[in-house]
Amino acid sequence: MKVLVPVKRVVDYNVKVRVKSDQTGVDLANVKMSMNPFDEIAVEEAVRLKEAGTATEVVAVTIGVEKAQDQIRQALAMGADRGILIKTDEAVEPLTVAKLLKAVCAEENPDLVVMGKQAIDDDSNQTGQMLAALLGWAQGTFASKVEHIDGKLNVTREVDGGLQTVSLSLPAIVTADLRLNEPRYASLPNIMKAKKKPLDVKEPGDYGVEISSRLSVVKVTEPSQREAGIKVETVAELVDKLKNEAGVL
Amino acid sequence: MASLVIADHNGENLSDAVAKTVTAAAGIGSDIDVLVAGDGAGDIAAAAAKLAGVRKVLHAEDPSYANLLAEPLAALIVSVAGDYDALLAPATANGKNTMPRVAALLDVMQISDIIAVESADTFVRPIYAGNALATVQSNDPKKVITVRGASFKAAEEGGSASIETIAAADNPSISTFVGEELTKSDRPELSSAKIVVSGGRALASSENFEEYIYPLADKLGAAIGASRAAVDAGYMPNDYQVGQTGKVVAPELYIAIGISGAIQHLAGMKDSKVIVAINKDEEAPIFQVADYGIVGDLFKIVPELQSAL
Ligand SMILES: Cc1cc2nc3c(=O)[nH]c(=O)nc-3n(C[C@H](O)[C@H](O)[C@H](O)COP(=O)(O)OP(=O)(O)OC[C@H]3O[C@@H](n4cnc5c(N)ncnc54)[C@H](O)[C@@H]3O)c2cc1C
Ligand SMILES: Nc1ncnc2c1ncn2[C@@H]1O[C@H](COP(=O)(O)O)[C@@H](O)[C@H]1O
Repeated sequence: MKVLVPVKRVVDYNVKVRVKSDQTGVDLANVKMSMNPFDEIAVEEAVRLKEAGTATEVVAVTIGVEKAQDQIRQALAMGADRGILIKTDEAVEPLTVAKLLKAVCAEENPDLVVMGKQAIDDDSNQTGQMLAALLGWAQGTFASKVEHIDGKLNVTREVDGGLQTVSLSLPAIVTADLRLNEPRYASLPNIMKAKKKPLDVKEPGDYGVEISSRLSVVKVTEPSQREAGIKVETVAELVDKLKNEAGVL
Repeated sequence: MASLVIADHNGENLSDAVAKTVTAAAGIGSDIDVLVAGDGAGDIAAAAAKLAGVRKVLHAEDPSYANLLAEPLAALIVSVAGDYDALLAPATANGKNTMPRVAALLDVMQISDIIAVESADTFVRPIYAGNALATVQSNDPKKVITVRGASFKAAEEGGSASIETIAAADNPSISTFVGEELTKSDRPELSSAKIVVSGGRALASSENFEEYIYPLADKLGAAIGASRAAVDAGYMPNDYQVGQTGKVVAPELYIAIGISGAIQHLAGMKDSKVIVAINKDEEAPIFQVADYGIVGDLFKIVPELQSAL
């Protein structure tokens, strides 16, 4: 089967972002950017499906700025076969991303789309479910295990009470949770090889999708900061403070 | 302005998060209905009807709703969406799974994980692991929203809404439930507990969680939480993870034991009223948000704390 993996270029997870003083957003100048960690997990899963002989081709796709090529190259270095960059400098909301991905699916006809459960910049946790809706496909979100059994996909999902397993008709969407796998590091030879793998550069207009925003950002502010409290020396002191100062015991 | 709150439940009980979502809905307008879909969910519908402020409960019964799979549930929600200006669900695993599907079917953008309602179309939501708060205005004709339970008080009981049975929608029949492996526990529910005792990588084994964390939690009547590192290592099940990509909690008291305080963890607990940190590294970032910190070896301090209580 053919697998499509959408990956997003986001602020690296180690960066603590700062809110701009004019409250229009966060300051992204000179900040380290990386592939969304959940998308690395998605790429890894797709590549493993290929290594297991289940998948025949893995295509990575991103919607973003020119530099988002770096994230496609990373996916290629991890083992994806080719990449698509849909280039735009505008901020693209999950609904629009889903519409673009739907158009990509119409062209590529994948049997499976594996993506991240959540982008760690907007923390939306929407795009996979939206894409599934637009395509009329089944969705296996927050996946910690994926098995291809008799033409169906068994997906074990991390839910509030533990784990749930669903069986999905293909084609389907899977969104990766943290424990699906541990993504590999790309080796130097594979990074070199990735430079030669095909990467198509497109524009949203090529897919007939207009970029429009449904949500307008009124302002972006800093959350109220917690003050560091005190250090206590003994357990007795701690218990006393919790009882008599904080009143929580 | 009429709102529909989508009930979350486990087949037996209405989730605590529903009452909190009703409170969020009240910020949008006073006409609030609740949709309860299930298979034998009569008691759950009755529980929803008791929430103060609820006008009407829509109750749909069908085997396909037994496990609240997104595909049939989204189809049902869309079938009744016409009567409402806003559709809200708690930002639980079920809510997060289903609502974006609903939003896309209605061609609107979801507003995820809101922590405040500014007006009927303007909401506050955390982004970047809670390091920034975005106030967003929705220009869509219908608002599809998920609500962070930790940020809203539960609606009281004392209502007596009518219950109306509605027809099931056509099941897209592309997904089936296979099974579940639920964590059993008699402790309070993590998302709504008054006290949470959380352990991190430093616990080093599930046996140590049992030996050090469980007795302390039981003495305090607390729920247990864990860092991602502790869950990844298999010390605790996935549903104990607190953080940006796990559960968000805001108890009266949060005790972080052997947890460094990565931003992704803080995102899930920094709105707790009182935070206690036990860590052997006095430079650990967790101390920057802790009201009370104690520097030292957890394997010594935790038993001491337990016997001092
Ligand atoms: C995409 C993404 C999502 C994530 N989501 C989450 C999330 O939702 N929740 C989450 O928690 N993390 C999340 N993380 C992981 C996060 O970045 C940290 O890696 C994780 O929180 C660390 O867990 P920890 O504090 O238990 O471990 P460590 O960071 O290893 O900290 C262990 C601490 O224990 C202390 N210690 C060691 N021995 C002792 C002792 N004997 N007594 C006392 N103290 C001791 C050490 O000083 C240290 O501070 C996410 C990461 C990514 C990339
Ligand atoms: N601009 C984008 N380009 C490619 N994939 C994306 C983009 N935005 C979101 N995604 C995918 O959708 C997932 C969920 O994102 P979100 O709904 O924004 O939290 C991500 O983990 C990616 O797999």
